[in-house]
Amino acid sequence: MAVESYICAIVLILAAMVIALRNLRKSYETAEGRLEVLRGINLDLGAGERVALTGESGSGKSTLLHLVAGLDRPDSGQIVIGGRDISKLNDRERAAYRRTEVGLVFQQFNLVPSLDVAANIAFHAKLAGRHDTKWESELVERLGIGALLTRFPEQLSTGQQQRVAIGRTLAARPGLVLADEPTGNLDEANGDAVLELMLSLSKGTGSTLLLVTHSQRLADRLDRQVHLRSGKLE
Amino acid sequence: MTMWIAATALLSHWRRRPLQLGALLSGLALATALWSGVQAINAEARASYARAAAVLDQNGLAHLVSPNGRAIPQSAFVWLRRAGWKVSPVLEGEYRFGTTRLRVIGIDPLTMPAETQTVDLGNDEDLLSFITPPGTLVVSPETAEKIRGQTGLALRVSDRMLDGAAFIDIGLAQRLLRRDGELSRIVIAENQRPGLEPLGKLVPTLSVREPNAQTDVEHLTESLHLNLTAFGFLAFAVGLLIVYSTIGLAFEQRRPTFRTLRCLGVSLRRLAVLLLAELALFAVAAGAVGVAIGYLVASLLLPGVAATLEGLYGASVPGTLSLRPEWWVSGFAIALAGTLVSSAQSLMRLMRVPLLAAAQPQAWGRSSEKGRRLQVLAAAALLAFSGALLLWADGLQAGFGALGCLLLGAALLLPAVLSGFLTLMQRMSSRALVTWFWADARQQLPGLSLALMALLLALAANVGVGTMVSSFRLTFVGWLDQRLAAELYVAARNEGEADRLRAWLATKVESVLPISSVDAEIRGQPMQIFGVVDDPTYRKHWPLIVGMPNVWDRVASGEGVLVNEQFWRRERLRIGDRLDLASEWKATVVGVYSDYGNPKGQVMAGINALITHYPHVSRLRYGLRVPPDQVADLRSNLSDEFGLPAENILDQAALKEQSRRIFDRTFLVTGALNIFTLGVAALAMFSSLLTLSEMRLPQLAPVWATGVTRRDLALIELLRTLVLWLATFIAALPLGLALAWVLLAVVNVEAFGWRLPMYIFPYEWVRLGLVALAAAVVSVFIPLRRLAGLAPSELLKVFANER
Repeated sequence: MAVESYICAIVLILAAMVIALRNLRKSYETAEGRLEVLRGINLDLGAGERVALTGESGSGKSTLLHLVAGLDRPDSGQIVIGGRDISKLNDRERAAYRRTEVGLVFQQFNLVPSLDVAANIAFHAKLAGRHDTKWESELVERLGIGALLTRFPEQLSTGQQQRVAIGRTLAARPGLVLADEPTGNLDEANGDAVLELMLSLSKGTGSTLLLVTHSQRLADRLDRQVHLRSGKLE
Repeated sequence: MTMWIAATALLSHWRRRPLQLGALLSGLALATALWSGVQAINAEARASYARAAAVLDQNGLAHLVSPNGRAIPQSAFVWLRRAGWKVSPVLEGEYRFGTTRLRVIGIDPLTMPAETQTVDLGNDEDLLSFITPPGTLVVSPETAEKIRGQTGLALRVSDRMLDGAAFIDIGLAQRLLRRDGELSRIVIAENQRPGLEPLGKLVPTLSVREPNAQTDVEHLTESLHLNLTAFGFLAFAVGLLIVYSTIGLAFEQRRPTFRTLRCLGVSLRRLAVLLLAELALFAVAAGAVGVAIGYLVASLLLPGVAATLEGLYGASVPGTLSLRPEWWVSGFAIALAGTLVSSAQSLMRLMRVPLLAAAQPQAWGRSSEKGRRLQVLAAAALLAFSGALLLWADGLQAGFGALGCLLLGAALLLPAVLSGFLTLMQRMSSRALVTWFWADARQQLPGLSLALMALLLALAANVGVGTMVSSFRLTFVGWLDQRLAAELYVAARNEGEADRLRAWLATKVESVLPISSVDAEIRGQPMQIFGVVDDPTYRKHWPLIVGMPNVWDRVASGEGVLVNEQFWRRERLRIGDRLDLASEWKATVVGVYSDYGNPKGQVMAGINALITHYPHVSRLRYGLRVPPDQVADLRSNLSDEFGLPAENILDQAALKEQSRRIFDRTFLVTGALNIFTLGVAALAMFSSLLTLSEMRLPQLAPVWATGVTRRDLALIELLRTLVLWLATFIAALPLGLALAWVLLAVVNVEAFGWRLPMYIFPYEWVRLGLVALAAAVVSVFIPLRRLAGLAPSELLKVFANER
């Protein structure tokens, strides 16, 4: 009976964890030979937790984020999200996972160039089947991009593009938001403003946030920090 | 050394992009091939006309001709010789030797100026046999084969002679053609004694035709050569679009290399020289391949063109191609010029753009709003100009001008029309992926517009020319049924046999329709006058376009004549106009009939009137009306009774089949050019899609990251290409029909003198659509395969911060 209770407790803890990475490894073929980028990563993130992932250039931050986002497959190890190992999913299932459960914000090339701002914001939410005009209007207002709705990405400044990208991600109400240097192209003031928005909105939606950044100043503002060095977490 | 290192850096771009290099070289080679191929055909045909003019018409010298086209009395020649002028008489006409019709040219070898002596009568014996009965015909080896055994005249074969023509002594020619005392023209030698009385005073009724004036054949065939040139130019332009697009992208992609080279001390001038040298190298390589393919294309097409020229204009052109050095040089020149024109904009941009400006391969594929507006304005102006030409201008050049403006205007308008359609579809859609589908198609449009314009032109040319040829064929077949109403056609070998034949046939057939004609000059044009009997066959079947009431009674009475459509249009005749048919014969035009495929004007008169005014008219050929079931018996009886060879007795079906075969052969070349143009358009599409596929990742990666599989993205890409293809195909249909209308109602009327009704052939559109669809699928196949098999790491590079 004691053993059963123990197992139940473990299952409940795991379910509460949004992300559980177990012994994750990833390498790439390069001109100089095989390059091991991630060397056995173990990491847990709780629901609604906001974690900063820091590290030097080439330490494997983006690779780790791409694996969690289901954009790429690990060589070995597990990526358990909501109790399901997404590294075992096929191409179509991983696409469905990205569509319905994850929101991505990159440093650049975030937006669909052929759609205007309004269509970009609604794009992911519509694909996920969670299109909500009221919520989108609220986001637009809070992001301060109401005047930009008919513009195309190429007509926006980098800061404006990042605001739209955040709007698009949050409009779909994903359980997990993954951001790769979202303020990397912005000056300090703009970067702060964008991050502030992101933190406050993701808190409002209850999303878990994993944010890759070089900046210690930004990392300090999140709930927790993990540091990656040469493919391993410190 | 610096130059060499810089050149290596520039050329390394192509090593990494072999498909791009392939598109550039093949576009240039194809453009050169089709252009130089068509030029080779035209040059060969024109050289042949020039040779014919020099040999047969003594075109290098001035001539005295009758301004009203009538015969010149021989006394004029005698008068001029007596006045001391070095002149020589010529008489021309057509004469039938058995079943072979020849252009007979009577000359006087004793007075003919040495520079135009084409008949080698080196010794006295040859000269004597040429000028004394029975006389000698000088013909080409091919002609000699055809008429051997069909004439009592001796045959002398000359390699310098052209097929279908024969030289003969002028006295014999006058007897053969029954034109005693008549001359067609008088050749004037170049060197004359000084102090002669002016020609204007001696023979005031004659006029001088200057040397090297355009011949009738050159004039007649001008339309076909213009047509071929237009096709060649279309294909050339389509090929250059590929080159323009590839060079533009390559320059944009290499801008970082340019920047680095400049930073390392390579001057702008040196960089421009290197790029020009690189382009020249490509032009020479592609030009060599293009000229070789062009030679192949010309060799393949020339027999078809020769058949067209023979069938439509009676112009004889050899079916084999000679290698002309000027043609090779012009092929390379056009390749170089094409490359330079296509790269001019990129080179200019290189010279103007600041050293540190960033490369924008994505922006390269887009055009500015201002550019688009200008394009629409240019299209509207061209379409308006085309309409104005059709409404108010005359002539073949105006017809082709209208066609060119119409095609170019429509092509320029296409991107705007497609953009409007895609915007509308985007507005009508609400689902995310569907909205993106239309929006992304619209964004791709500028990058694809050159290829789509090429596709539109190729498809419209196919629809237009196809509709024209099929309408022509349908009309022609119906017309043949009317025109070849007699069940059997028979030709006697001489007048005595013809007399016996007529007497024998009188009781054997329902009616005998003589086919008798003479050559004459009416209103300054070489014409044929046919004599017809009053028979119900004509009343019932003859293809009249317009006519007075009781037209056949008027023809039978000799008071009226019918004229063919081409003569009617050329001379702008009206019903009721009077024509001079012979010195004492004037008749009224009472009707007009269609006469397709005949380059000459023709008049039909009552047989009795014809015999009265031309008593020596040949009466060897007859059409026979018999019940169809008796045709075979009659044929064998004719053969038994008169020993006529098979080629002298032809039945209706055989004649129709022969005519249809000639018709189909005539338009073979058009079909081949259509396929070539479509092929080049498909290559343009392939090249553009391939080029775009390299730039597509930033557009596709965000959609993929948001949860759309690579397979679905590839399918969407295929669907998008097919939608753009379908929209272009639909746009090509009305344009093709407009093209067909201009060809049928304007160009054909100007070029041939006949107007044809237009028919619609939807089945042919479906066939063309399927061919074009196959080309579109093939052209999208490689880019799609590349996309579907793209590794996630490639897509992820788009988002990488180090990018």
